[in-house]
Amino acid sequence: MTADVLVLLQAAADSSHAYGEFPLIGARAAVWIAAEVHLMFAAFVLGVPMFAVVAEAIGIFGKDQRYDRLAKEFTRLLLVAYSATAIWGAVLVFILATLWAKPWSYLTAVFGPSMWAYAALFFCESFTLYLYYYGWDRWKYGRPKWGHWTLGLLLNLWGTIVMFIANSWLTYMMTPPRDITPTTDPATIKLWHAIANATWMPINVHRLIANVVFGGAIVAAYASYRFLAAQTDEERAHYDWMGYVGNFIAISALIVLPFAGYWLGREIYQYDQSMGITMMGGFMSWLWVIQAFLIAVLFLTGNYYLWIGMGRIPGAERFRPYTKYLLIVLVLGAIVWGTPHTMIADSKELAAMGGSHHPFLGALGVMSAKNTAVNLMILTTFLSFLLYRRANTRPVVPWAKGGTMIQAAMFALAAGVVLFYGIRGYFVEAIVRIGFSVYQVLAVLGCILFVTVIDVLMGRGAQSLGAIQWGKMPPRSQYALFVLAVTFTWLMGLMGFARSGIRQYWHVWQVVQDTSKYAATPALGYASKMISLCVLIFLTLVAFVFWLGGLAEKSTFVAPGDREGGGGGRHVGH
Amino acid sequence: MTATPAVRRYAAHPFWQAVAIMVGAYVVVVWVVPLLPGSAIVPKSVVLQYMVTVLVGVLIYVSDNEERWARFKEPIVAVLVEPRLRVARAALLVVVTALVGLIAYGQVATTVAAPPNLRSIHPAPPAEITFRGRSITLTGLENPLRAHPDSLAVYLAEGKSVYYRNCLPCHGDHLDGQGHFASGFNPLPANFQDNGTIAQLTESFVFWRVAKGGPGLPREGTPWNSAMPKWEDFLTEREIWAVILFLYDQTGWTPRTWEKTGEVGRGKGEGS
Repeated sequence: MTADVLVLLQAAADSSHAYGEFPLIGARAAVWIAAEVHLMFAAFVLGVPMFAVVAEAIGIFGKDQRYDRLAKEFTRLLLVAYSATAIWGAVLVFILATLWAKPWSYLTAVFGPSMWAYAALFFCESFTLYLYYYGWDRWKYGRPKWGHWTLGLLLNLWGTIVMFIANSWLTYMMTPPRDITPTTDPATIKLWHAIANATWMPINVHRLIANVVFGGAIVAAYASYRFLAAQTDEERAHYDWMGYVGNFIAISALIVLPFAGYWLGREIYQYDQSMGITMMGGFMSWLWVIQAFLIAVLFLTGNYYLWIGMGRIPGAERFRPYTKYLLIVLVLGAIVWGTPHTMIADSKELAAMGGSHHPFLGALGVMSAKNTAVNLMILTTFLSFLLYRRANTRPVVPWAKGGTMIQAAMFALAAGVVLFYGIRGYFVEAIVRIGFSVYQVLAVLGCILFVTVIDVLMGRGAQSLGAIQWGKMPPRSQYALFVLAVTFTWLMGLMGFARSGIRQYWHVWQVVQDTSKYAATPALGYASKMISLCVLIFLTLVAFVFWLGGLAEKSTFVAPGDREGGGGGRHVGH
Repeated sequence: MTATPAVRRYAAHPFWQAVAIMVGAYVVVVWVVPLLPGSAIVPKSVVLQYMVTVLVGVLIYVSDNEERWARFKEPIVAVLVEPRLRVARAALLVVVTALVGLIAYGQVATTVAAPPNLRSIHPAPPAEITFRGRSITLTGLENPLRAHPDSLAVYLAEGKSVYYRNCLPCHGDHLDGQGHFASGFNPLPANFQDNGTIAQLTESFVFWRVAKGGPGLPREGTPWNSAMPKWEDFLTEREIWAVILFLYDQTGWTPRTWEKTGEVGRGKGEGS
């Protein structure tokens, strides 16, 4: 009762200066769009430099100019994307300062000095990027090339620190240290104490990996756009290869992303159980069903792209008959993973089921089933990639047969461990069951690691069955890459809402209450529409960036004197 | 008995394989699953979800290979363009139009049944509640009656008595949510035998739900139409703990336990 009176008093005290209003769409929608689109561009400009610097390193160490060209092509896109990020960042700040003065003034009081550092680092980052891009051809060979690569590393370093700083603000809003209460004067809160809150590092790690995934997906989408618009076989070959590399990086990083997400979820539960339950078991839980769907789409699409890609690899026909079995595992996995525990049903169906849990299928709705499904899907995807990788080679080492058998045994063992703990999870109490997921994950990661090592050793000096015919891909394979990029972007928006929405009517969880007219957490339907709108705005702008990328400089393959459609399209290797 | 060449040809064709898989999946989900022991009909929302997943799988299967994709499209293209298939084309047009019309009708037709809605089955509990004016911290809370193992039989008898006097009409003799009044409620009373109710919860969560009932649900629990009363108005704290003991004892479920880490007990109540 006293608390209610206090809230009313606070609301009255806030009066007109705490919150502003935005025409037509309202203050919440305005800040939502600005924050979300800014974040998506930020992920773009953090993810793509990681991609670029790794590609440049491969170019240097592997003495392969293709990777160097690839890295440069992406850095060119970054220039425009940086401006977009800064513009949306400025829009966000203005909206916060003018419409959301209450939380904004509180956060500036706590985090002021880190905001100055943020601005300074953004400055450094921008100029490093200019040097990195415009110095590319000048510092192309020898020692200067190493200096240039160091610039790329610095670019990533600045970007990562910038992200870590911004992460501290938003994680503080979710999980402020326990000793901070509504009566704590924000000016007295030590900066580092506020930064190093419970979810800061889990978010940092989760976003870092997610940016690699996102960077790879955007690279692949750009490549597919250029592939579809390509005029020559050489261009098609180049962009086909680029799409493959982008997809490979995105899917590889995606495999470890759930583990970082698991850590973040655990920290949220540890910090405040009711917040954790709101997220996983309460009204946000439906977002996880959607997430399951979308991640299933990612797995299916990623595999689909690899399987179509086998069509351009001589020797792949040996493995193609097996892809249908992999598909069956993936579809069954998607069905299990997407089965909701609490089903949407009408009254007749509810009466027949005896409640909203299905007496038979309900068993698929719990964590044991879902962990088992997703781990088997990860194993299957890895197997797909292994078949793809091996498609045009025949190992010549004397122990090749034994090696393959060991690999098969490792897959069987990992799948066995995953299934065993998945089934056993039904017969133990929840607290024990939670621990089982660690064994399942370790089995899968162990399998991936050891099988890869064996495969690399086994592939030494392997006999080639023919070069990959880059560029010989049907257009639908490129649409698969678009689907991946759209799905990743959508997932970011949806899961970001789940993370942010669990604060409910608090700006800073149980410290600064939202007393605006938008305090109520939006319904999932409304949230999904808003997120979809943000995705649409972002992708439209990205399409513009892609177009500019082609406009500013024609493809590296269309140089004067190049033969029109001459001979290309037969690059070797992966 | 061997299949005729025509049947074999159809069976080997990707288009008819796709049709067969879709029909087979539908039959399994809609008719076979409900026939399994202890099963029930599959809600339409889940049927749709499964069928969409299977359809995506089928489309991937028919199109991940150039040759198969070309063969898959053959009958579709033929029906759309070949003069000899004019009748089939007209029939297809009618069937597709009728199907779309039927689906649209099904979506907009009014029925007496309440529309399906999303419900939070396990809304987040508060860290602390007041029970008849006394503050109780739920985080880390165990059933206090379990601290006296010698008296468990007495508590169980008490819980049984409380259950049969108060809970039976809705939650039923078998604790399965099938009491005499159950059919009058939507949603149905909780089925304690189901592995998705008390089996997933700590006893403190169950205590909170029993004590506060439908009216005491948090905002995120709305729209909520639970008819369960606030039992703190009728039962003592000890009676509620006793009936919770009885629920777990009768169903054989073990209550969810708290994670044993240094973090336990750091309820917000302590911090602020």
